[in-house]
Amino acid sequence: MTLEEAAIVIDNLTKKFEDVTAVDGLSLRVERGELFGLLGPNGAGKTTTVNVLSCLLKPTSGSINVGGYDAEKRPDEVRKLIGVCPQDTAVFSYLTGRENVELFGNLHAMPKEKLKKRAEELLEKMGLSSDAKRRVRKYSGGMRRRINLIMALVHDPEIAFLDEPTVGMDPQSRRAVWDFIKELKKQNKTVILTTHYMEEAEELCNRVGIIDYGKLIALGAPEQLKAKFKAKNLEEVFIQLTGRRIREES
Amino acid sequence: MNFQRVLPLVKKDLKKMIREPATLFLIILFPVILTLAFGASFGAIGGSQSTTYQIGVVNMDSTGFYQQCARDFIENLSNTEILKNQDYSSNETAQTDLIQGNIQAILLIPSDFGQSCDSFWNAPTDPTLWVNTTLQLYLDSGSMFATQAIPPIIEQVLAATVYGIQPVSVPRPIQIGSPSLVQASRLTAFDYMAPGIFAYASIFLTMTVAQSFTTDRENGLLKRINTTPTTPSEFMTSQAISNMFAALTQVALVFAMAYLVGYRPSADPASYALAFVIMSIFALCNVGFGLITATLAKSPGAATGIAFIFIMPQMFLGTFVGFALSPSAQAAGKFVPSYYVTDALTSLFLRGAPVSSPTILLDLSVVSICSVIALLSGILLFGRYGKT
Repeated sequence: MTLEEAAIVIDNLTKKFEDVTAVDGLSLRVERGELFGLLGPNGAGKTTTVNVLSCLLKPTSGSINVGGYDAEKRPDEVRKLIGVCPQDTAVFSYLTGRENVELFGNLHAMPKEKLKKRAEELLEKMGLSSDAKRRVRKYSGGMRRRINLIMALVHDPEIAFLDEPTVGMDPQSRRAVWDFIKELKKQNKTVILTTHYMEEAEELCNRVGIIDYGKLIALGAPEQLKAKFKAKNLEEVFIQLTGRRIREES
Repeated sequence: MNFQRVLPLVKKDLKKMIREPATLFLIILFPVILTLAFGASFGAIGGSQSTTYQIGVVNMDSTGFYQQCARDFIENLSNTEILKNQDYSSNETAQTDLIQGNIQAILLIPSDFGQSCDSFWNAPTDPTLWVNTTLQLYLDSGSMFATQAIPPIIEQVLAATVYGIQPVSVPRPIQIGSPSLVQASRLTAFDYMAPGIFAYASIFLTMTVAQSFTTDRENGLLKRINTTPTTPSEFMTSQAISNMFAALTQVALVFAMAYLVGYRPSADPASYALAFVIMSIFALCNVGFGLITATLAKSPGAATGIAFIFIMPQMFLGTFVGFALSPSAQAAGKFVPSYYVTDALTSLFLRGAPVSSPTILLDLSVVSICSVIALLSGILLFGRYGKT
């Protein structure tokens, strides 16, 4: 991947599940080193988009290029570049925190010494060093979320997909995760962040895209969008665009 | 294949076996408890205290030129010291005693028994010249122990009587060891059941594999592993290695428990090695069944139930329980892989057959073929329909 290349290029992506269209003609370009927020109400198609980008789902139509590779034709190359933090915590509860982190480092074939050092560093940053030897079964919800995030980033990926990484966290944990995500930005990593917390998107993202019913309905820097929609904050923009109706995830 | 990915996955699965109480029970504690329970029930515990069964013998071949064969057979039966013979002149009288619980079984020796033996001895390689006949056996259906223990003992004694006295240089149509190896007088009912118990314990791998896959799928862990460079073949290799290791641990534990309760098979180191090989291959078969179960099941709870579709036939038709079944059910046993595992281990440990005997090689081949088919089917089905 060269500096000139975009980290992610989505061109007219459509993903259908039988007769439900989850993503409908989405086109998007995310630059290298950009922290991009993908916002939208429940069931808007955010997670489906992340799943397609991380090679878990095949697009119905359209093309996706991740790190210079066609995700459909070269998924193995894409998997080497990405780190995925799923929306629901996916951890082995019978392993300790450290064992979970090291397992995923090994799945990315990290050198042993480097993995040990990196795992230690991340556990320390996320405030989990003292609990690293405890089995995850005994962790609180917030601790599980933090381990979930570390597992996605232990191999120092070029591109990270963080699907609602701070949901259900207390303010302290959320701050720690924010600081960590900001560090990724400083390291010129590309991050796709999906979130329901508008203040989180405002605080962290260079640009955000708001999607609804699988379509991109707004795109720009938080400040640009606020100015365009004459709103005090991003939440107002979001409500103006998506309405006040309560929706459930399908 | 990158073993830096495979080995940590194996390690993870082995930790699960030790740390998850349900898995620990099914893989480690259950076989141990089962062996001890059967050892206690069937006479292995307590050294020389053998269980004995009263068996009524109706010899309808007591006259004529060939009667010596039936007499030898009856004498061999009583020499087992497990079976106590009681002679009856008619089936009716014996049936009365069986119904009243005075005896646990009736054996009817047909009038052409001696003639049948003689026809085999005269032409052991030409089945067209044999006089075929059937030994009729009635069992006390109310005695679970008798129904399970008596038929294999009679089978052993019959094999020793009919085939064992043949000179070793003459080929035999059925390979069941030599008479000196069937030392029935020193054996307890447990000795006849132990090979089945080894297979029995391993059958439950189907359930643990199915539960493991469905739980990991439900928790999003399979999906998560799919976002890493781990290939499906690396993941499946790790599953195969960890489950083979589990199967070997089970066999070692069951054998250790059986040894503790007095089980002393007449086998050489090569036989033990082959037994472990057979059990490893059988483990792959159960991994395959586990994957098929995980494909069909939507949740770990459903996987537990569906696993019994594979467990029950293997358990009832292919292990020690099979001896208590009807002839048709026993014939059906030949369609389940565990039957061939039990048969091979019986030949190795009980009949004292050498590792190169055709029976064992045939059993090994059938188990291997079944395992390859089950594993490939499981991988294909789970890969196609079971991941999500």
